[in-house]
Amino acid sequence: MLKTFSIGGIHPEENKLSAQSAIQELPIPKIATIPIAQHIGAPAKAIVKKGDEVKVGQVIAQSSGFVSANIHSSVSGTVFKVDDVMDATGFRRTSIIIKVDGDEWLEHIDRSEDLVTEITQTKEEIIKRVGDAGIVGLGGATFPAHVKLSVPPGKTAEVLVINAVECEPYLTSDHRVMLEKADEIMVGIEILMKALEVKKAIIGIENNKPDAIAHMTQVATKYSGIEVCPLKTQYPQGGEKQLISATMKREVPSGALPIEVGAVVQNVGTAFAVYEAIQKNKPLFERVATITGKSLKNPSNWKFRVGTPVSDIIEAAGGLPEDTAKIVGGGPMMGKALVSVDVPLTKGSSGLLLLAEEETARKATKACIRCGKCVSVCPMGLEPYLLMVLADKKEYERLENDAVMDCIECGSCSFTCPATRPLLDYIRLGKGKVGQIMRARK
Amino acid sequence: MNTKVLVAPSPHIHSGDSIQKNMYGVVFAMLPALLLSFYYFGLGSIIVTLTAVASCYFFEFLIQKYLLKVEPTIKDGSALITGILLAFNMPANLPIWIIIIGALVAIGIGKLTFGGLGNNVFNPALVGRVFLLISFPVQMTSWPKALGFQTSYLDAETGATPLAIIKEGLNKGDSLTDLMAQLPSNMDMFLGNMGGSLGEVAGAALVLGLLYMLVKKIITWHIPVSIIGTVVVFSGILNMASPEAYAGPAFHILTGGLLLGAIFMATDYVTSPMSNKGMLIYGIGIGILSVVIRVFGAYPEGVSFAILIMNAFVPLINVYVKPKRFGEKRK
Repeated sequence: MLKTFSIGGIHPEENKLSAQSAIQELPIPKIATIPIAQHIGAPAKAIVKKGDEVKVGQVIAQSSGFVSANIHSSVSGTVFKVDDVMDATGFRRTSIIIKVDGDEWLEHIDRSEDLVTEITQTKEEIIKRVGDAGIVGLGGATFPAHVKLSVPPGKTAEVLVINAVECEPYLTSDHRVMLEKADEIMVGIEILMKALEVKKAIIGIENNKPDAIAHMTQVATKYSGIEVCPLKTQYPQGGEKQLISATMKREVPSGALPIEVGAVVQNVGTAFAVYEAIQKNKPLFERVATITGKSLKNPSNWKFRVGTPVSDIIEAAGGLPEDTAKIVGGGPMMGKALVSVDVPLTKGSSGLLLLAEEETARKATKACIRCGKCVSVCPMGLEPYLLMVLADKKEYERLENDAVMDCIECGSCSFTCPATRPLLDYIRLGKGKVGQIMRARK
Repeated sequence: MNTKVLVAPSPHIHSGDSIQKNMYGVVFAMLPALLLSFYYFGLGSIIVTLTAVASCYFFEFLIQKYLLKVEPTIKDGSALITGILLAFNMPANLPIWIIIIGALVAIGIGKLTFGGLGNNVFNPALVGRVFLLISFPVQMTSWPKALGFQTSYLDAETGATPLAIIKEGLNKGDSLTDLMAQLPSNMDMFLGNMGGSLGEVAGAALVLGLLYMLVKKIITWHIPVSIIGTVVVFSGILNMASPEAYAGPAFHILTGGLLLGAIFMATDYVTSPMSNKGMLIYGIGIGILSVVIRVFGAYPEGVSFAILIMNAFVPLINVYVKPKRFGEKRK
């Protein structure tokens, strides 16, 4: 029996249309729009102004706190303006807009393909460099990576868990990076292990990627302490707590962080970015994303520069299909619908999914038939039907008691509901309000 | 480029599951038992089934449209299930007017007075059945014999069910061994070759339906398995303690409405608990009550009452029995 997490879960159609498409390089955009907030936490502070010349890899916005991350220029050229423009969420946020002129990189960045395996930096140097390089979790949550590496006093990390499950349907960027950059990933993992002072790393990969499991297992034999753990394909296994449950059989307590059970989780793409930052002096300004959809001509995987407009990657994959009704940044389960194709791709862009109306249309809400399916699929052991009713009735105290804050917003409940009730929509509203109440109490 | 796009929160896809799919899945699972009842009881079975289903549809439409003035929901398939289940709980020679009254009570009182599908506390078909059992005890307990396809309806040859044979015999002071000898073999009972209501005789067909529903994930194993398991354990203990006074597990499983109740009645979404743990408690409760009523009660059969009693506890179970939360400390 393959391992998986302890409760709930669903298995949507996988639709990994782009799994066989090797990573290609997307052309550099003419104008790059680089938001100063591409991570969870405080937005960075812009340190360039109109007219400044910038090079690839140069810091253009400085981290403004512990949970924050530097932003680097992904292109070379002239700062055209620093202004509020619409980002992927539909809100106007400060971005640095650069007119591109050639492709001039900072000199200390090593652009060769040579594999550097020797790790010369100390633990402290690694953590600092990861922070300086603006690395965030590349799974989609964009939590600054150096924060997770800074183990709080009194706690010890035992195992580094590498999140390579890619449980969202359609997405294949992690899959391709594993097939094409396995050695670099392994060195990245060794670097992370050194920073955390752990002897063991487990790479969790779902068994719908047998080629990646085989390749990574074989490459891992060259490195000590790194093992590949094949997992049963089950959404939302990429959830931090679910992945720890699947690979380590430990449950992170409600409201606690993974370090509570001795685990630190990093995305496989993050491990690759860490390799580049430490061994190649290359900050995070480009990454791989999947562009996919059933009607799209060429579902494929692309390495892009941060700030490239969404429309460019769509063009590269054969243009926007006629029947596109929704453009999702990320996967179909947790991704966010974009308001326009003119917004830029960012560090958190793991994929772009074009859905036709019949795939994504919401059906009319019917009465709850109390089938309990939402309860049995909830990976956190919650009762979504009840949380929806309580949120609707504004019973915030009961919502809190029924652990609404444990919800990881995976959407399994809404996905499953035969009465097509928008369970997660209501739960989010309830969570927002309960969160406010809890903060006010402190 | 087309610039008009939908913006809505995640998830952006849906499983495609629907109320209809589940309801018609249950109907499909009931087909083997239905067909077998046609085979055993013939014309009477067809008349009873058609009357029950048609009346349920009719009353649901009529009451919703003209009395409650809401959009009728007959298309969701739940009235069809209630109709078939109601027929499953009736003898094949029940007069048509009694069937119609049963349907009116089931749909009108059991379902729509509570607000329709999703809001009823008690299983509508059981409400109808128990109402008839109390109101028309003679007609409701005169079962035609399972003789193969027969064209007679009202004047079919009748006989007692295995449960009634045992109950009445024990009350008269007969020995259990002698009584058991009068019963059909276990295999005959499993295949449905005995007296009883339409849907309760054919254990094999009901189990086939259960397997279908489990494979299709229409229901989970928790309720049927906990009911059947409890009955096996409880009746097994009684039987071991006093073999001459209490029949064993095989008898209790194969006779009467136990399998029908465990597979199709107790698993009704609306009137059963939401969490797996709750379902187990509910199932164990039904199992214990069924045996208690059968063995110690006045009626030979107790499953219907057991389910209705446990239905009443479901809201309480839902409030107090929470699923195991992720990350909860195990004691």
